[in-house]
Amino acid sequence: MNERPAREQPPRRVRVTSPRKGATRTRVTSVASEIDAQTRLGEVYVTSLIRSQLRLAVGVLLALALTLGALPLLFHLVPAIGRFEVLGVPAPWLLLTVVASTEIIALGWIYVRQAERNEENFSDLLEGR
Amino acid sequence: MNTPAASIVAVVLVSIATLAVGAFGLRVSRTVSDFYVASRGVGPILNASAISGEYLSAASFLGAAGLILARGVDMLWLPVGWTAGYLVLLVFVAAPLRRSGAYTLPDFAQLRLESMHVRRLSSVLVVAIGLLYLIPQFQGAGLTLRTLTGAPLWVGEVAVAVVVCLNVLPGGMRSVTLIQAFHYWLKLVALLTPMFFFAGTWATSRMPSGVGAVEMADWVEPLRGDHALYLTYSLVLATFFGTMGLPHVVVRFYTNRDGRAARRTTLVVLVLLAGFYVLPVLYGVLGRMLAFDLVAQGRADTVVLVLPSRVFDGALGQGLTALVAAGAFAAFLSTSTGLVVSVAGVLSQDLLRRGTGPGLRGGIRAFRLATVLAVSVAVVLTFVSAGVPVARAVELAFAVAASTFCPMLLLGIWWRGLTARGVIAGLVVGGGLSMSAVLSTTFGVDWEGWFGVVMRQPAAVTVPMAFATMITVSLITRSTVPEHVNLTMVRLHAPEHIALDRGSFHPEPSRNPQRSVQGATARRDNVTVRRG
Repeated sequence: MNERPAREQPPRRVRVTSPRKGATRTRVTSVASEIDAQTRLGEVYVTSLIRSQLRLAVGVLLALALTLGALPLLFHLVPAIGRFEVLGVPAPWLLLTVVASTEIIALGWIYVRQAERNEENFSDLLEGR
Repeated sequence: MNTPAASIVAVVLVSIATLAVGAFGLRVSRTVSDFYVASRGVGPILNASAISGEYLSAASFLGAAGLILARGVDMLWLPVGWTAGYLVLLVFVAAPLRRSGAYTLPDFAQLRLESMHVRRLSSVLVVAIGLLYLIPQFQGAGLTLRTLTGAPLWVGEVAVAVVVCLNVLPGGMRSVTLIQAFHYWLKLVALLTPMFFFAGTWATSRMPSGVGAVEMADWVEPLRGDHALYLTYSLVLATFFGTMGLPHVVVRFYTNRDGRAARRTTLVVLVLLAGFYVLPVLYGVLGRMLAFDLVAQGRADTVVLVLPSRVFDGALGQGLTALVAAGAFAAFLSTSTGLVVSVAGVLSQDLLRRGTGPGLRGGIRAFRLATVLAVSVAVVLTFVSAGVPVARAVELAFAVAASTFCPMLLLGIWWRGLTARGVIAGLVVGGGLSMSAVLSTTFGVDWEGWFGVVMRQPAAVTVPMAFATMITVSLITRSTVPEHVNLTMVRLHAPEHIALDRGSFHPEPSRNPQRSVQGATARRDNVTVRRG
């Protein structure tokens, strides 16, 4: 890549290429080795992965707590819901069966997709893409 | 009740089929790591079926429908919580736990906290929770055989104990994986088939009707009992956070190929569980219409077994009863097999290993000895605590798990600051308080007022206290944070395909050479090949 200019006069045109490709390759080993050597920088990388996964997990838990987890409180504060019927079925029975399990599966699916994406970002970072 | 012959045949067939599948698995089970954990060569669907099969216990198969029959809408939180527990486990624990390479909770405790004290305390808790969870399984078996044949309770209890022993002793985990997967589908079919017949009868409106009991307000509408809001939230907390701390649940995650597979498997588990838990609800509601008298007799737990013969006479009724009985036995067998494998695993590694000699032979001998020991103790405890209802003991096991292993796992995986002393303090506080609630229930002590309410359903108090204790003591003993915590964090969270130093995993290298060989293997698979 870094061809030396030829000696003869006048100097030939030289193609100058960006050193980026080579630089990236050195970074591949460096991020991983920073982590292996447990330097501050390596710790920052690992912490960023853990934070992104934790933020996702807490987000899913909050979503669960604010919907399904809020139901007992809702039933307590608005007892009329217990007498409200949808398609002949009392609302709490629908909420605690069909709605709850659909929500749990949906949250799980969203989580798995996003968690895998976070990991891909981390490995892209390490492989310097 | 009809002539029990068909049902007895069905129960015997399930036991034989279980042993046969186990024997088939035995041929593939060769090395020690096979024996313990099926070499992790198990695909996501099979593994998810096995996890669900193992998880759906007597409480799910009999207890939930019985409680819904007796107490109505508030008990719908049981199936919801039992499913949601796997969602919480999925988002916080599944992948890191698999990546840790730990096979049991004590392994994880030792790996993360680098302390033998924490390991031993965890072992004691695994055995305690495992035995607590085994009691209702054996009770359920006794109850089922009594309902079907009129035999005394101990007959069913001892029968299940013997089949579980025969099952676990020769085959170890690989055969258990196949058995568990088979049991999930058997349980589903056993509850689903009568439902089709019920629906058919319903459509031609030949269904005997007793709709009155369904329209009682305190059954249909939520939170009509005393202290219902507290009790409901406590139950929610225990089930949502207790699932991850059950010893037989955690072991299953080791059989996934990697962390990613562990997540995907858990997602399939959510679907399988949500699908199954529709059925106990339907049985509870139908039972309210057709078998309301069971509540007055105090036999609500048997509604699933009784319902087919209430609707159909003759051969059809008998056939469906036999099918349900087969499913019920599958439930007892699969959960107790899983529990016995994990309790015996912990017992043999931490207590018996030294006396049985080195190497593969010694390891297997210790495991077998521990199996017999665990089953015998559980049978004795079942006889002693005969008065506790099936679903109660399960609720309490969840409460103990949520107050002990849940904080250890969550804080251990996500917080670098956790120390061994913090964990010990938290386990003692959370475990001590929740266990005292268990003992007071077992011996039938009733306290007045709020204290009694908390003792009935301790999780809402004990779980926050366990968390608070672990965090506070860890902050006070900040200087004793485990030496290799950064390396452990890389191990728990970095995807396997990236080549990184994850440390070597040697639970108890000095006492247990064979485990360290396994640890080395685990490490080799962890730091894998697929690069770029």
